Amino acid sequence: MANRRLAAAEIQPKEFSFSAVNLGWAKKQLSKYPDGRQASAVIPLLWKAQEQAGGWVPEAAIRYVADFLSMAYIRVLEIATFYTMFNLAPVGKHHVQLCGTTPCRLRGAGDLIDVCEKRIGHQFDVTSDGALSWVEVECLGACVNAPMAQINYDFYEDLTPESFAKILDDLAAGKKVNPGPQIDRQLSAPVGGPTTLTDPSLYKGSK
Amino acid sequence: MTKVLIDGVEIDVPGEYTLLQACEAAGAEIPRFCFHERLSIAGNCRMCLIEVKGGPPKPVASCAQNVRDLRPGPNGEPPQMFTKTPMVKKAREGVMEFLLINHPLDCPICDQGGECDLQDQAMAYGVDTSRYWENKRAVEDKYIGALVKTSMNRCIHCTRCIRFTTEVAGVPDLGAIGRGEDMEITTYLESAMTSELQGNVVDLCPVGALTSKPYAFAARPWELGKTESIDVMDAVGSAIRIDTRGREVMRILPRTNEDVNEEWISDKTRHVVDGLRTQRLDTPYVRVNGRLQPVSWNEAFGMIARRIATANPAMIGAIAGDLATVEEMFALKDLMTRLGTANIDARQDGSMIDPRWGRGSYLFNATIAGIEKADALLIIGSNPRKEASVLNARIRKRWRMGQFPIGLIGEQADLTYPYNYLGAGPDSLAELASGKGDFAAVLGKAERPLIIVGEAALTRADGPRVASMAATIARDFGAMKDGWNGFSVLHHAASRVGALDIGFVPGPNGHNAVDMSNGGEVLFLLGADEIDVAPGAFVIYIGTHGDRGAHRADVILPGAAYPEKSGIYVNTEGRVQMSERASFPPGDAREDWAIIRALSETLKQKLPYDSLPQLRAAIGAAHPHLLRIGQVTPADPKDVARLADIGGKPDKAAFESGIEDFYLTNPIARASAVMAECSVIAEGQAALTAAE
Repeated sequence: MANRRLAAAEIQPKEFSFSAVNLGWAKKQLSKYPDGRQASAVIPLLWKAQEQAGGWVPEAAIRYVADFLSMAYIRVLEIATFYTMFNLAPVGKHHVQLCGTTPCRLRGAGDLIDVCEKRIGHQFDVTSDGALSWVEVECLGACVNAPMAQINYDFYEDLTPESFAKILDDLAAGKKVNPGPQIDRQLSAPVGGPTTLTDPSLYKGSK
Repeated sequence: MTKVLIDGVEIDVPGEYTLLQACEAAGAEIPRFCFHERLSIAGNCRMCLIEVKGGPPKPVASCAQNVRDLRPGPNGEPPQMFTKTPMVKKAREGVMEFLLINHPLDCPICDQGGECDLQDQAMAYGVDTSRYWENKRAVEDKYIGALVKTSMNRCIHCTRCIRFTTEVAGVPDLGAIGRGEDMEITTYLESAMTSELQGNVVDLCPVGALTSKPYAFAARPWELGKTESIDVMDAVGSAIRIDTRGREVMRILPRTNEDVNEEWISDKTRHVVDGLRTQRLDTPYVRVNGRLQPVSWNEAFGMIARRIATANPAMIGAIAGDLATVEEMFALKDLMTRLGTANIDARQDGSMIDPRWGRGSYLFNATIAGIEKADALLIIGSNPRKEASVLNARIRKRWRMGQFPIGLIGEQADLTYPYNYLGAGPDSLAELASGKGDFAAVLGKAERPLIIVGEAALTRADGPRVASMAATIARDFGAMKDGWNGFSVLHHAASRVGALDIGFVPGPNGHNAVDMSNGGEVLFLLGADEIDVAPGAFVIYIGTHGDRGAHRADVILPGAAYPEKSGIYVNTEGRVQMSERASFPPGDAREDWAIIRALSETLKQKLPYDSLPQLRAAIGAAHPHLLRIGQVTPADPKDVARLADIGGKPDKAAFESGIEDFYLTNPIARASAVMAECSVIAEGQAALTAAE
């Protein structure tokens, strides 16, 4: 894991503040915690700030959240640098989190890494059109559908280098793509359809 | 109490003791890096591993488990701990090996060398070889202020510095960013730390990651002479150790004194050292045709004698400064009396405190350690963070224990703990005294209320009335009962309480410091630099630095700074302490009492003591309590009641800050480049905060 540092000062926005919608949401989050424990809301708020800022946490957002929760700046910086799901530099519009842990690796995640490197570049590089970036992450818990990647909020599963490359291209071109298994498979059910509990009589009266 | 067996020795310890404390109580030595008595427990260095019988079959971090959580044996035998078994030895060796994996082998160029916990413990508990072939981790050094130099490769992430700044200093400046192997200690975007106690992280750092910036590469610990002394930068009287090489003071470190400073000292105390070397007066001067010229002692004395011979005794005066010892003030008072004048004053800031009110009216009666016993606090016209940083840490310590309402009347400032702001001036004080407001109810309910009165509230024309009103509050709200006296005056001049104790204030028909500075024929300034003397008077300055007093002087008599003389100081709580001589005054400079003694002979008013012991004997005869070194002679609580009886209505003006610039309060600090840099940084931070 590389050192996680804030992005260079040149690309940091000068200011950050929640949009009206997010501000309302944040205040609601605050009300969940007892008095004096508002600092507990720091992770949800940072996450919302990351969403609003386009997938990364600018330095101004760290200060904003700290002020919002009456925390010291360094305390929020500690949290933002500790959790790897907070991106500290701008990412692509479609940020690919590619699983590289053992089950996915055994099922060909290595080839998917090659695809990323060819199509996008090094980890955290953003393509020139700003559409794509990628990072290798630890297990995302979809080992049944290995290899897989999470792109923004959706899982794309049962990937092959070809299908993965196509998803990346389609996303970059702004075309619609379908999340979930990319082969003939219903969610995590066996490939080619169920192999047990196939007797229709089992389902009598269930509909 | 819980019975435990430690290395086979049975011992009774309180249940809330940690295993580490229990082992120490049994005489076993436990190595540690992250554990510190005065900080919260982190349990992350793992150096304090011991073996516990009945627990899980693995070493236990002894700092992070309580004795009461141990399980007894199957038949109710006391729990057993072992600190010398092969398992413990191996565990310690393993931890040490892990710590050293990324620790550079740069002890020869490291300032911590010779006083390094890691070095010592690696010798005692480590192995003598490395099995590690990979590259060591490299970490960029961070800027965290003018006083602390960082060498982050050496950091072992004990987090003592983070816990200190957050818990004790109360300014969450430092933090650990990143995680795991990439964890790094830094301030937010490498800004300077904002605490007046930041120098203490250097002492806390068990390795050479945080070292003293002004002292960098200056000396090795084993070549220094060590003298235990007393600090004079504020009226707290912190216990310090002055390290010297030859004649030069190299650094100042804290000593532990639970009653005063625990083991912390302020940055001014620690880093004023370079001010002792610059701007020093090392030979007598007299002003000839408007220019100061170096002369011999005899010439200087002769000139003074000629001037005094023609002066009206009622127009001769003496003002003692903030760093003067009891001895020299006593001798100067003696000389002035012999010269037939009652014009003496040690309150150059114009304080209206009068020793005739009684000793209880000007002491910090609750004592510094007593702050921890208080259960409510009212601060009147004081910013303890600037006036007595270490004492402020004690207030914060009490606040952290909980159930400690704090009210402030005076200038609003960040004191590192929250408080109820009651108002800016005497009006709010009067309101509180009449029992109005929520805080009056809080204060009324308190068992042992503490009322801190700052100098700033007493340096005004209505000072006596403000003091009286504060005393009224102390009396009416039950601050004096059952051995508790909560009426506490917080001074910030080291000499002040000693001066008041010996009565270095105007006698009958005498003029006070302000009057003297505005008119008079001959004026002695004993290190008094914080007062402007109007043109006209013939000024004799006895002092150490070419500061304001010396610029105004007609005769300069070079004296000794506080590390260069032994002297008695009385701190704000009335504790009598003696500083020791660590080095020598430069050039022809002499100890101040000796100057006054020698001058008295020239003036044909010979003082009857030829040595410091004789002088102290004279002081002891007049004021016996001033020879009880290290002790507080408690004042009579009735003094406070008498002060309350003075009464009167204070003016309306708000209380002002007692100290404008924490880093530049005395001539030594003003001569220090390090203090100047700190002052600039603090000013920048203040401007930044104001802008927001």
